[in-house]
Amino acid sequence: MKEAGIRAYRAMEMARAFDTKLSALYKAGKMYGGVFLGRGHEAIAACEAVFLTKGVDVYNPFIREQAGRCAWGYSVLESARSYLGSAEGCMRGRDGNIHWGVPADGNPAPISHLGAMVSVVAGMLLAKRMQGIQGAVGVLNLGDGTTSVGATHEGCNMVAVEKLPVVIVVTNNQFAYSTPNEREFACASLADRGRGYGFTTHECDGTNFMQTLATMQKAVAAARAGQGPQWVVAETLRMCGHGEHDDASYIPAELKAAFADRDPLAVARRQVQEQGWLTAEDVAAVQTECVDEVQRCMAQAQKEPTPVPAETDWSAVSWKPSRY
Amino acid sequence: MSVTYIDAIHQAMAELLEEDERVFLYGEDIAGSFGGAFKATKGLADRFPGRVLNAPIAEDAIMGTAIGAAIGGMKPIVEMQFADFGILALNQMCNNAAAHYFRTGMPLNITLRMPCGGTPGGGPYHSQMVEALFAHFPGVHVFTPATVADAYYMLKQAVQIPDPVVFLEHKYLYRWLKADTWVDADPLPIGRARIVRPGRHATVVTYSAMVPETLKAAEELSATSGYHIEVVDLRTVKPIDTDTILASVARTGRLLVVSEDFPWGGVAAEVVARVASEGLHLLDAPPLRLSSRDCPIPYHPDLWKAHRPHSEDIAAAVRYLITL
Repeated sequence: MKEAGIRAYRAMEMARAFDTKLSALYKAGKMYGGVFLGRGHEAIAACEAVFLTKGVDVYNPFIREQAGRCAWGYSVLESARSYLGSAEGCMRGRDGNIHWGVPADGNPAPISHLGAMVSVVAGMLLAKRMQGIQGAVGVLNLGDGTTSVGATHEGCNMVAVEKLPVVIVVTNNQFAYSTPNEREFACASLADRGRGYGFTTHECDGTNFMQTLATMQKAVAAARAGQGPQWVVAETLRMCGHGEHDDASYIPAELKAAFADRDPLAVARRQVQEQGWLTAEDVAAVQTECVDEVQRCMAQAQKEPTPVPAETDWSAVSWKPSRY
Repeated sequence: MSVTYIDAIHQAMAELLEEDERVFLYGEDIAGSFGGAFKATKGLADRFPGRVLNAPIAEDAIMGTAIGAAIGGMKPIVEMQFADFGILALNQMCNNAAAHYFRTGMPLNITLRMPCGGTPGGGPYHSQMVEALFAHFPGVHVFTPATVADAYYMLKQAVQIPDPVVFLEHKYLYRWLKADTWVDADPLPIGRARIVRPGRHATVVTYSAMVPETLKAAEELSATSGYHIEVVDLRTVKPIDTDTILASVARTGRLLVVSEDFPWGGVAAEVVARVASEGLHLLDAPPLRLSSRDCPIPYHPDLWKAHRPHSEDIAAAVRYLITL
């Protein structure tokens, strides 16, 4: 647990440093489109991914899981390349911001349509089953809003019917863009939905790093041990707008106040020291390393070539009929 | 021996399962002793255990699962019970699967079989043609076989092509269309249209179940008026074989395009646009279109017959075209 905990904590620091840099660049007018931060989601994302192995498992982070991408093993350089549309990045400027992935690593590139990736992850696990590959699990994220989407329902039911080793993490950050929970769903808890599909359910306070780490470890281990699909509902508050274009003025002051001392990164810094895993000096050193790493990666991505329209292969298909 | 169009499809799938262990079949009611709403997969689940899987009624998730399986190295052949229901999978096919190669560089080997087109009593939701809808999006190939031999050969080719292929099987042809064999010793490559019947007075470009209707009209015109109509079967509406169409129009000087689809923005419109853009000088008369009515498909057989083109309509349209 200590090793995973330290890696998860470091991923959280890296993600927060990256978000801070992204926000600054957005405000300076250096970004192409929207910028979507994961503030408030770091513990959930880092803890869910830290128990996975790139190339073995399947991980499908989405909009606020930068910390998960770091914990899975991707450098923030790849995220920076995606945002900046670098020709060196895996999406080569053809898709951007959080829409990137390396499918061959077990990390599919998510589309914008919420819920669509649930069945894709199911298919990736189904392929492994058909190929006789054992021991792999898949983790994917839903938000409170995503649970309302029809594709989510179809995909979750599919995972359950096939009894696939999938952990679905539902991050309830209280707002789907600007829409609060009471206009999004009417069940008492989003855990009820998982139970309804036939998942084993878990709940945790997603702002409590140690609790989240323990919950994710349990859920991923259960899926890996063949105990069927697992459903984790993690509560937090989105500590930012939907994107940096959004001032989130619709979040009531009382709610912000209730979460004021629950920034998951601040909690994690405290808890890794309480556990005796890191000293105050270690924590300060991790923060400095992460800020420096983000600075280096962003500078590199900014220097890299951007895609050239005239040199781009505009084929949408890999196969073409032979001419005669 | 006499074989049908659906026998050819069954045979192609049996051979594909036999030849490549990465191939599997996925769809609603296709497994067990039932073998699909049209029995295309009957017997295959017993012959290939674990490789013919029933899915829940969830068209979006069926396609999403196929995408995931293809990312994982499998070659899924998906059956939609009716093409009309395949519209529910449009998002996964067109926003996810079709965009995947351009976005990530990884083509997805998925074959989407959909029984399409009208039959008496089919009504609005078991009769539609969806080729234009799917072909609109970059990143898919759309096949519309009109013969027993093409049903066999083109389905086998669909799985050899590494990209998503929409394979539209016309329900009217399933058991009505017969041949001595499904084997064509020298099949035309995919992407080539076929001159089904040579002629000199006008070219009729068509595909799917409108091919036999058009041939009937051509026979009648030949017998009654001595008009020799050149009939071109597109075979694939995407890629579309503009060269063969233009060469035919160069010989005849007149063009009619016949489609069972709705008229607005359909394949017929695309063919007319291409000939007008690239071969206006070849035309001796304005190019014409004959499609179904711009109206939902009716239930009663008398209304249905009056809704879609049939051989008399085609013959009348050709007679008109020749007067222009």
